[in-house]
Amino acid sequence: MESGDWVRAGLRAVAGGVFAIGLGVLNLPIFVLWVLALALTPLPGLGSMLLPVVTAVVRWRADVERRLAARDGVLIARPYRPVPDRFGLVGWRRFRWIMTDPATWRDQAWLVPGALVGLSLGLLVVLIPLYGVVGITLLPLWLYLGVDWFGYGVFWPIQSLSQGWLSFPQGVLILAVGLAGAPYLRTIDARFARLFLAPTKAAELRLRVTQLTVTRADTVDAQAAELRRIERDLHDGAQARLVSLGMTIGLADELVERDPKAARRLLAEARDASSAALVELRHLVRGIHPPVLAERGLDGAVRALALSLPVATSVESELPGRLDTPVESAVYFAVAEALANVCRHSGAHHAWVSLRGADGILFAMVGDDGHGGADPQGGTGLRGIERRLAAFDGTMTLSSPPGGPTTVTMELPCVLSSPRTSHSSGTA
Amino acid sequence: MRVVIAEDLALLRDGLTRLLEAFDFEVVEAVDNGPALLPALIKHRPDVAVVDVRLPPTFTDEGLQAAISARTEVPGLPILVLSQHVEPLYARELLSDRAGGVGYLLKDRISNVGQFVDAVRRVAAGGTAMDPEVVSQLLARREPLAVLTAREREVLGEMAEGRSNAAIAMKLFVTEKAVSKHINNIFTKLGMPPSDDDNRRVLAVLAYLNG
Repeated sequence: MESGDWVRAGLRAVAGGVFAIGLGVLNLPIFVLWVLALALTPLPGLGSMLLPVVTAVVRWRADVERRLAARDGVLIARPYRPVPDRFGLVGWRRFRWIMTDPATWRDQAWLVPGALVGLSLGLLVVLIPLYGVVGITLLPLWLYLGVDWFGYGVFWPIQSLSQGWLSFPQGVLILAVGLAGAPYLRTIDARFARLFLAPTKAAELRLRVTQLTVTRADTVDAQAAELRRIERDLHDGAQARLVSLGMTIGLADELVERDPKAARRLLAEARDASSAALVELRHLVRGIHPPVLAERGLDGAVRALALSLPVATSVESELPGRLDTPVESAVYFAVAEALANVCRHSGAHHAWVSLRGADGILFAMVGDDGHGGADPQGGTGLRGIERRLAAFDGTMTLSSPPGGPTTVTMELPCVLSSPRTSHSSGTA
Repeated sequence: MRVVIAEDLALLRDGLTRLLEAFDFEVVEAVDNGPALLPALIKHRPDVAVVDVRLPPTFTDEGLQAAISARTEVPGLPILVLSQHVEPLYARELLSDRAGGVGYLLKDRISNVGQFVDAVRRVAAGGTAMDPEVVSQLLARREPLAVLTAREREVLGEMAEGRSNAAIAMKLFVTEKAVSKHINNIFTKLGMPPSDDDNRRVLAVLAYLNG
């Protein structure tokens, strides 16, 4: 660790402590409000209106705590049930939705203990370094010169001038201990909050089911659309061409004795038609599963793709073996889409792809030196990538400030299927 | 001329054998899988081998790998690689030993029997036969080619496919002299050393395009 790092971390934690004190104090009125709202529930009309509003405030407060904890390295997921459709901001159904969500009650249970822990730890985090600062500024010495009852650190009260001077090294020590300890105290606070504010096992499973339902529906839709497209392409393309090919050859067969010249012409036509059918089939196959992907895996396929792009593209890959076929295919098409965007929109002279697999996670990055400003909402391409990756619990993040450079980072959990190690890099 | 064929689909294997035998080639062995190919090539040392990229047992690129390792054991062994799809990446690997006697064609091209047999003969003679699809992909991504005129680019493409001056002249309906003038211009503009040898020149062009 750099020598300045722990000081910076300590100062950050102290700032966090200041927030924690303020927010801890805020918990108490929020708690009182909520209890009041709960007590007023039996009132017709007002009752079912008040509680949702106050609950929104409680959840806002809990979310602030979650963000603060994330800052201290403790991740707390939101446990709330998703808002059902067609809900007013208030009303009976919303009331029921709130009351039946266990997270509502857990938030509530946290408010007071959370305030106590937050306040006391926050005070410790702030006051210990502050006491150190008092010593460093030799304030005890000046007070000793004025009144005789004041002391500092181990000397209480201060009885001689030298004891007064010693408040300086003591102050340095206390400040150092305070700053070094502050991040740990903050972490304890965040861990305590996690006990209440994180989803329970059941809630976690429910959230996961919701997410899986959505991604599964997306995947099934995408797959159905894909199959429909393939069916149409085959029906209108290769199949139709083969029918006409059969007809042409049949006709040539009829003519071969009566008019050999015409028969030859027809045969030449048939050959052209068969070539055209092959070209169409090849394009179709490439769209379903590129042959080079089957032959060389992700690494080779991306390299082959890079060679065929109009923008010079370098590929760097560090993959310990072949990936599962579906993952390979999803990542390949995602990278291909990202590179297609580079060629279409970025105005870049150079692009790069980096593939890396470590600890069961595959990172694929695509970057360029173009003019940036890519908007994920702008086209269907980036959203298509997201959907493709979501089926494998993968994510995509886009960084594209105006003026560039643009970087697309894809990340997905994966199992490497074979122990073969391939490590290579090169420029296309 | 003695030929070894490697193709896993019986229909295509028999078709290729029949086609080549009709043009006075002698098919000394026709194998249907990857592991049998390398021993067959080393045993027979054929005048040319016609090899499918994708072969059993793994159906990946075993034909290509066998072709490349055969050429390290028997330098310059003429091999024509066939595939349902072409990749400039594979072309680059095949050409990397710069020894000539290499062909890389789509299977579609077999249907034009005359041209296909011509390509097999060219490869057997130490020449090159690159698929027009590979060449057009290579041409599309090289910006310096903008300095060439449309006609010169056309000639460059034909040359990259492995055709001789005479064949290019015939295809483009110009005289051989005009073709060699275009070629000189191309080599000067792209800063490549001139060469009188057809095969060397083709390899230089492909190396340039692959660069």
